[in-house]
Amino acid sequence: MLVTEQERLKSDIGTWLQRFGNDRAALIPVLQEIQKKYARVSEYGMQVLADQLGIHPVEVYSVVSFYSFLDHRPQGKFVIRLCRTISCDMQGKARVAQQLESDLGITFGETTPDGKFSLEWANCLGMCDQGPAVLVNDIIYTRVTPATVHDILETCRKTFGVYALESSHEEGHA
Amino acid sequence: MITPNHKAPLTFATIEPDVGLRAAMAKPRADLIAEITASQLKGRGGAGFPTGVKWNLAAAAQADVKYVICNADEGEPGTFKDRVILTDHADLVFEGMTIGGYAVGSKTGILYLRGEYTYLRPHLDAVLAARRKKGLLGVNVAGKQGFEFDIEIRMGSGAYICGEETALIESLEGCRGEPRNRPPFPVDTGLNGKPSIVNNVETFAWATCILVKGSAWFKAIGTQRSTGLKIFSVSGDCKLPGIYEFPMGITVNKMLEAVGGADAKAVQIGGASGHCVPASEFGRAIAFEDVSTGGSIIVFGHQRDMLAVAKNFLEFFVEESCGQCTPCRDGNPKLLEGVEMLEHGRCSMRYLNELSSLGETMQVASKCGLGQSAPNAFLSIIKHFKDEVMGRTQGAAH
Repeated sequence: MLVTEQERLKSDIGTWLQRFGNDRAALIPVLQEIQKKYARVSEYGMQVLADQLGIHPVEVYSVVSFYSFLDHRPQGKFVIRLCRTISCDMQGKARVAQQLESDLGITFGETTPDGKFSLEWANCLGMCDQGPAVLVNDIIYTRVTPATVHDILETCRKTFGVYALESSHEEGHA
Repeated sequence: MITPNHKAPLTFATIEPDVGLRAAMAKPRADLIAEITASQLKGRGGAGFPTGVKWNLAAAAQADVKYVICNADEGEPGTFKDRVILTDHADLVFEGMTIGGYAVGSKTGILYLRGEYTYLRPHLDAVLAARRKKGLLGVNVAGKQGFEFDIEIRMGSGAYICGEETALIESLEGCRGEPRNRPPFPVDTGLNGKPSIVNNVETFAWATCILVKGSAWFKAIGTQRSTGLKIFSVSGDCKLPGIYEFPMGITVNKMLEAVGGADAKAVQIGGASGHCVPASEFGRAIAFEDVSTGGSIIVFGHQRDMLAVAKNFLEFFVEESCGQCTPCRDGNPKLLEGVEMLEHGRCSMRYLNELSSLGETMQVASKCGLGQSAPNAFLSIIKHFKDEVMGRTQGAAH
């Protein structure tokens, strides 16, 4: 992590702690903010947060490792979560999963090398009457079919990166 | 906003806003709790604890600070009614929380919303802001001198176990969502060690309705031990999956007729932690005294492989077990291993009996509701579909 990025993370943590109240109860809200902005909770971030709250870093790590929406590994810009629970399963989640893996070139639990997409399983997303359901960051898609997987990925690509900017020099950077 | 595939007319839609709240404020606290107790409303999250008793205990507890917590960590497979209630009737829920706050003497309400429902957050924030503007939250709520109450929203982070009330409290305190020993119960020692009531989204909404229409109205519906109406989330092999409202005590048969699933092979009632009811038992009632549910109804057609269903549920529990106590942490993988043996036709009857006995041990020895109910689906499928799950030939397409 660059020094400047470390400093930015540290100052962000300070701001968020102030907003959420500088005590242990603020731990998860701050971790959620870190995850949202930095797409991961780095060891450095955990250390800083632990220092500020006066708890052992291992306590922070134990919380990060417990919740499936918090991750110490770098996540993609778009985290794609496919519901694997029974109702979505009966509505054809296996084929959607297959197509997601083919279109992204990764398997579940992985992130694309360009850092754009992570593919994860989710447990019941609460869309059982209109599955299969896919959650992309905070956006929910229902009745997903193998054919519409591509549209969802394109929508993501259009909101971020080279296609959104329409400038080819970004390509090598991504 | 996502609308359900089908939504039957709900009583919630007929309730005029703030009538319940004003009716509650007009009563002394004891009378208000007596009204809820008289309705015999039981927790709609699935556990079925009497709401009036819970409120009464928290009201009687002596403390400077008390909390009203709404459990919107709806994670039970097959359940989506809380999402729909929060989308269409959020005011009723917040009204119910405010009534609860008045009843137990609390100033602080917290809605614990599951991380998967983050997209509901802007809508709920807007509803709360509008309520504050109308004077229905804040100081002197609805004109009641000296009653102060506000609600904040806290987000979950993708853990099913946080739907268990003590795990939810742990999560609010910034810890891993590991359930606590009970007693002490949250009504006595809850969030930050203070008395707290934790109720389901639907329970709060019904509390509001009861204040509007009276406890006699509610009590007259349903069975003697399971009063009132219930919202159901129906999914699976039926013509019209979606949201339904039925009186408690409805038979499985009647419900299947209404949702277009009369030719079902089995119905999972109560989600992954519930029971699988075969066609021969469709005469049973959906109520706390018979087959209980937090609202999840999953219909299985004749083409479904029940072993695959059991496997899906066990994979769910292996992943969602918090890992704190041994029966749940180690029992679930063992049951899943057994299902995989069955898949390959490599499970002897003797070993299957061993697994059933392991499941029964988990039911009594696990620390919290998750572990205690995790083997339910497996055990009921093994019991009712033994012929289907045993003696498989390896690699057979099922």
